[in-house]
Amino acid sequence: MIRGERVLFRSISLSVRPGEALLLRGANGAGKTTLLRILAGLTRAETGEVTRAAAHHWVGHREGLKPLETPRTHLKLWAQAWGARTGIDPVLTRMGLARPADVAGRDLSAGQRRRTALARLLLEDRPVWLLDEPYTALDADGRALIDALIAEHRAKGGAVIAALHGEAGFSGTTDLTL
Amino acid sequence: MSGAPLLAAFRQSLGEAWAGGAGALLPLGFLGGTAVLVPLGIGTDAATLKAVGPVIIWFALALESLVTLERIFQADAEDGTLDLWLQAGAPVSALAAAKTLAHWLSAGLPLALFSPVLALMFQAEASPALLVNAGLYALGSLAFFFWGGVGAALSATVRRGGLLISLIALPLYVPTAVFGALAMSGGPGSTGAPMFLAASTLFACAVAPYAMSAALRLAAD
Repeated sequence: MIRGERVLFRSISLSVRPGEALLLRGANGAGKTTLLRILAGLTRAETGEVTRAAAHHWVGHREGLKPLETPRTHLKLWAQAWGARTGIDPVLTRMGLARPADVAGRDLSAGQRRRTALARLLLEDRPVWLLDEPYTALDADGRALIDALIAEHRAKGGAVIAALHGEAGFSGTTDLTL
Repeated sequence: MSGAPLLAAFRQSLGEAWAGGAGALLPLGFLGGTAVLVPLGIGTDAATLKAVGPVIIWFALALESLVTLERIFQADAEDGTLDLWLQAGAPVSALAAAKTLAHWLSAGLPLALFSPVLALMFQAEASPALLVNAGLYALGSLAFFFWGGVGAALSATVRRGGLLISLIALPLYVPTAVFGALAMSGGPGSTGAPMFLAASTLFACAVAPYAMSAALRLAAD
């Protein structure tokens, strides 16, 4: 992968199987996000290919929440777009968003916006989760919640690929350092 | 593929256009602004106003589309929504078309529907022809919005993209403006002009979504 005139990384090969977790590690600017975007199909790599055997969820470092959108309307919108039939209220409660459920995105705290983005993971069962720095802006409760969600997801046979800078609350099956 | 993602994109854009873009106030503002400023500039001579009126309304529509469209894809690229739409499982061209259509419905169409009022302010005689003209304005503004959408998609990651949108979109507005003004001139060639206007709008609707799709993928890359 080339960014500008710099080769970001070359010769990377990775795969995840059901129940596995892959942690992408590396310093700021090492290319964790870029690699994750290539896996999601958002960025095209110069060479190589990605085989996606299953549907994936994407939670990038930008939440995808509009300034006037509330957590409830956000989740409703994506449930509708994906044709998911999960009830919105249980998801809001699970993510600790029941109280700010009707507060506009621009008035939410960074952690609440993060929780809203992560709540999309629960709208529809998808085997692969692609998470870019999932812990950013979350409090201790939030971190524990993410760990629990990931553990549940893996127990159900799901796979997680996460770009992480700091500590992980779950053990990766594989660590890849860029 | 089902239509659910398209419907969701359409609704989101419609909601945004109403909440963020002042909804129907923007077309009304353009209407009032044009009706007040043009006579101030060119005088109140009834014959002159009557002659330039239809063209001024085309200008108002073209400029309004540029103002409305400046942020539609840029905001999506900034807040990460674009990444989500690109992975929504629907053709990006169809999603872009749905979003553009929503903005046309909330900004372009109302101004076209108000156009008889504006025409009367420009000394046009009240006649059923004004309603026909409103239809032509609606048709033409659809082309403006689709071409403007291409400009907006191409400048999605550019700060202050408004200038770029104008540079890209205005040349594409030319056929619509020419045939639109010709259709209302009553001069030679004006009988066939609505057909050409319709053709240029259909061309825009057919081509612009693919251009928007390519531009948006590039913006996310």
